[in-house]
Amino acid sequence: MSISVQNISKTFKDKTALKNISFEVKEGELFGLIGPDGAGKTTLFRILTTLLFADSGTATVANFDAIDDYKKIRNNVGYMPGKFSLYQDLTVEENLEFFATIFGTTIEENYDLIKDIYVQIEPFKNRRAGKLSGGMKQKLALCCALIHKPKVLFLDEPTTGVDPVSRKEFWEMLKRLQTKGITMLVSTPYMDEAALCDRIALIQDGKILEIDTPQHIVKHYPKNIYNVSANNMYQLINSLKNYEHNYSVYPFGEFVHYSDKRNDFNPTDLKLYLEKQQLQNIQISKTAATIEDTFMELAK
Amino acid sequence: MKRFIGFIKKEFYHIFRDKRSLFILFGMPIAQIMLFGFAITNEINNVNIAILDHSKDETTKEIIHKIASSKYFTIAASILNETEIETAFKKGHVKAVLIFEKDFSKNLGKENNATVQVIADATDPNTANTISNYVSAILQNYQQQINVAVKTPYQIIPKTRMVFNPELKSVFMFVPGVMTIILMLVSAMMTSISITREKELGTMEILLVSPLKPFQVIIGKVVPYIFLSIINAIVIVLLGIFVFNMPVQGSYFLLAAESVLFIITSLSLGILISTVSASQQTAMMISLMALMLPTILLSGFIFPVSSMPLPLQIISNIVPAKWFIIILKGIMLKGVGIQFIWKSTLILVGMTLLFIGLSVKKYKIRLE
Repeated sequence: MSISVQNISKTFKDKTALKNISFEVKEGELFGLIGPDGAGKTTLFRILTTLLFADSGTATVANFDAIDDYKKIRNNVGYMPGKFSLYQDLTVEENLEFFATIFGTTIEENYDLIKDIYVQIEPFKNRRAGKLSGGMKQKLALCCALIHKPKVLFLDEPTTGVDPVSRKEFWEMLKRLQTKGITMLVSTPYMDEAALCDRIALIQDGKILEIDTPQHIVKHYPKNIYNVSANNMYQLINSLKNYEHNYSVYPFGEFVHYSDKRNDFNPTDLKLYLEKQQLQNIQISKTAATIEDTFMELAK
Repeated sequence: MKRFIGFIKKEFYHIFRDKRSLFILFGMPIAQIMLFGFAITNEINNVNIAILDHSKDETTKEIIHKIASSKYFTIAASILNETEIETAFKKGHVKAVLIFEKDFSKNLGKENNATVQVIADATDPNTANTISNYVSAILQNYQQQINVAVKTPYQIIPKTRMVFNPELKSVFMFVPGVMTIILMLVSAMMTSISITREKELGTMEILLVSPLKPFQVIIGKVVPYIFLSIINAIVIVLLGIFVFNMPVQGSYFLLAAESVLFIITSLSLGILISTVSASQQTAMMISLMALMLPTILLSGFIFPVSSMPLPLQIISNIVPAKWFIIILKGIMLKGVGIQFIWKSTLILVGMTLLFIGLSVKKYKIRLE
């Protein structure tokens, strides 16, 4: 096991950040921690990177104990904290060189590992990190976290505040890194990114709701889901929420994801009801549950 | 070692790329020494005074002439009656008014007794005091002149000699003071800010997770500032010597060694501050409140420690600056060797060890 977490709990002053968390990440796995802000993701990262002590429970990273062997862990992991902002007044190259040096290596030594990513920012290597765009910064931060060829890579919300194109590129990079045998623990509040992980843990209020592959996790959703759309979105949501048989109503892009309490639900009934509510262009079609639906359901 | 050098290199990048701080770092010592040296001074020169002469005879003319010819006073106005005195003060043209009584010369001759009233503007008490002293001295001097023939039966004559600073130049007092403040400020404040900045930017997390050892991080932060502080100290001493003719009676080597000691004391204090503050702002506030004020007020730089109330005198003992100023004055003005300042030196060494000990104890290898 690359990462093993057993019954970890952590409380800050009056707030419980983690409640009895357990999970395991296999070697070479891309494991996602999916949950909203304040779910306890960052705390978990800090415990695993030996920056915090857990109140109870044990954790091992790369087969080293998080408390007794913390120095060995620090030599073997790469960590990209959520608010990691690099040294703004150092250039791209200087930042990378600095992190290479403090980890006792050189850029050349592990260049093959970061090559794919670094070539994208290389044209700007003399630019100060503070003047890079959000996506570029993340790429540089990833390079810096990778430069010492860590066994395990911790990425705490690496794509927050990054444009969609860069986000997509970033995940493609993670996929490529995986082929090089690096275990990765990634946290994200974006459900669409969850689908790209090997396995995900849904986490909320310091508790893990479910751990499974993204394909399987949606099966935990107990109902059929329907895409509903009409001419007036706001009115549609209100009408659906007022519908006595509704099980769940969530806006989802241009549609509303609707599920019904009844097992013998017939979309035609709903359409008649909505027409009565003065809505037009009503369309109802069956769709597959997404991770987000599952999360909402489990978090209820 | 390579890691350590890499770290120091990074610190120098930070310092040299922050043009504003760099300007403050090197501009401030020069500006302060110039300010203290030229503008802020306890000496009086060419003070404007006014004369109200009711008798206008030979004697008063002689006295007025004597006062006017001294470099301390300039006679700015002659006043005709008492009512004009207040207006003159209110306008602020004159700092003092001298009033000679009616029939000054006659009284002096007949009754052996004549009065001059000195009215001084005491909105600035120090200046007023100095003015009245200087006027008295000039009058005394004149009195001796006209009494040459007469022998008073008893006479006590104080013969004063000012040692170490015969010209009573206040800049001699300010150079050691400014040097102390600057070294304290640069060393303590800059290091504490630079360490807390890493905490604030989140890069401290990375440094903690990296194999870099905590003491390497701390020493790496400190080394560049030792260099900068030494340069500052040299600049201040050179300015003192060449601009203000400040003497360095003692050994330059001792001066340098003691300065480095004080720099290290300040740096360890800066590290201590950074371990207890989470943000750059807190670090700055603590540095300013806890270091700057005591350094200026309680160190004996401006106000002599011996004339403070007892509780403050006791508190002043824990201000490192006090001991450094004693050392500096000893070396620069009195030319003493280590045998006279070993006690202060030892106290500074003790403080340094205490600060370092506390910092090591407080330094966190984790986030909490």
